[in-house]
Amino acid sequence: MAKRTPLYDAHVADGAKLVDFAGWDMPIDYGSQISEHNAVRESVGMFDVSHMAVVDIRGRESREFLRWLLANDVAKIDEAGRALYTCMLNTRGGVIDDLIVYHLSDDLYRVVVNAATTEKDLAWIGSQARDYDVSIEHRQDLAIIAVQGPRGRDIAAELFDDDLKAAALKLKPFRVVAQDDRSIGRTGYTGEDGFELVLPADEAVNAWKTLRDKGVAPIGLGARDTLRLEAGLNLYGQDMDEDRTPLESGLAWTVAFKPEERDFVGRSALEHMRAQGVDQKLVGLVLEGRGVMRSKTAVRAVDSDVEEEHAEGKITSGSYAPTLSCSVALARVPADWEHSVEVCLRGKWQPARIVRYPFVRNGESRLDD
Amino acid sequence: MSEVPKDLSYTKTHEWIDYDGDGTCTVGITDYAQSSLGDLVFVELPDAGTKVGAGDAVAVVESVKAASDIYAPLDGEIAEINEQLEDSPELVNEDPFGEGWLFKMTVSDPEQVEKLLDADAYEGIVEEEED
Repeated sequence: MAKRTPLYDAHVADGAKLVDFAGWDMPIDYGSQISEHNAVRESVGMFDVSHMAVVDIRGRESREFLRWLLANDVAKIDEAGRALYTCMLNTRGGVIDDLIVYHLSDDLYRVVVNAATTEKDLAWIGSQARDYDVSIEHRQDLAIIAVQGPRGRDIAAELFDDDLKAAALKLKPFRVVAQDDRSIGRTGYTGEDGFELVLPADEAVNAWKTLRDKGVAPIGLGARDTLRLEAGLNLYGQDMDEDRTPLESGLAWTVAFKPEERDFVGRSALEHMRAQGVDQKLVGLVLEGRGVMRSKTAVRAVDSDVEEEHAEGKITSGSYAPTLSCSVALARVPADWEHSVEVCLRGKWQPARIVRYPFVRNGESRLDD
Repeated sequence: MSEVPKDLSYTKTHEWIDYDGDGTCTVGITDYAQSSLGDLVFVELPDAGTKVGAGDAVAVVESVKAASDIYAPLDGEIAEINEQLEDSPELVNEDPFGEGWLFKMTVSDPEQVEKLLDADAYEGIVEEEED
């Protein structure tokens, strides 16, 4: 039987269409994916992301351990109250998972990892931690609610006592405040402002209800995907995986090669690849005409007549972009491709242009900047 | 449970057909079909005058989630298309049996209409798929 988050009953009461997502019964939408998408861009919406795993890493050597485990450098967040986006790599430099690590207090770091990869992540983290004085705890007692959109922070802050509320409203982007088991991070996966709230399960149920009463729309995983794609945020398993390095996935900026003396899992493989030259890259695409680019769609150079199955490029994530009223995608293509390509939609080659992403940021199109 | 109006005919590929008894019919997709597809973003319709055979893929409806072919339910010729859908594909979601109709066609063999599914038979198909 599929796993359920503490908010399952609330989703059913709201008429959610539930689907299996990595072994969890999760809401894909509550009626209209596009309306939900627009609610987050224009106002506020909330997501149950309790299927993602909260893992607390404590102990005297937690900082040193994470500097070894993660490709980005937690030394950048030595001040408690900061957060960092990073990949966790295998020894070949492939991405085991991407995650956010929150520095909650001196020896306590909290990482939030993907649902589909939770088991393998925990096994990997455990195996890498053997030589370090740390404890690793999968916090299945906690739930996660993301409140996103221009009105998100003000509404979500009302859930908390005066001290925590004031602290939350003062947070800068990628900062976090913790109180007991709760943490409030000014992070998200939508390209909008907002908070991600980690709460004890029973408290999360009440928080969801309170936010619902304040008119906050529940948002399904369908809109979560179009929001993150417009925001140019990678999805693990589509835009990168264990066979792709961050350097081929638009995530070179998340790898901290400096300081030189810090070794981390995958470092030597990435250095080798960098020295050899990275021959593929992730680009943003905008479809020129009608239609929708989707993951696995073939991409070829404009002056090419290569068949679909031999195309050198491939879309990793594609969809209709409700904020832009056209289709956008992330695609992996040869590193020297620029400007224009063709994509194969239902057997026909159609023009698309290569653009910088994010496609949308804080509710506004970034196309033609 | 999705709506299945009693006075229409259906196909197992989720088109509905409103036959006027006089050689033309209106075609759309069912409530169940629109609900399964989710929000439509593009509708691609054939040109009026196109000759079609029953079972031919003649149109495409594309939602945020997926693209889906629409099949001609009968032999005949496309008489008229719903041009509103070019700019407002959401009409198919909002009113699948009304404003969201896709095309009208002349029917070359009215006896084919008898072979379409009635509402009860179509409801059976939907129930099976929903399981």
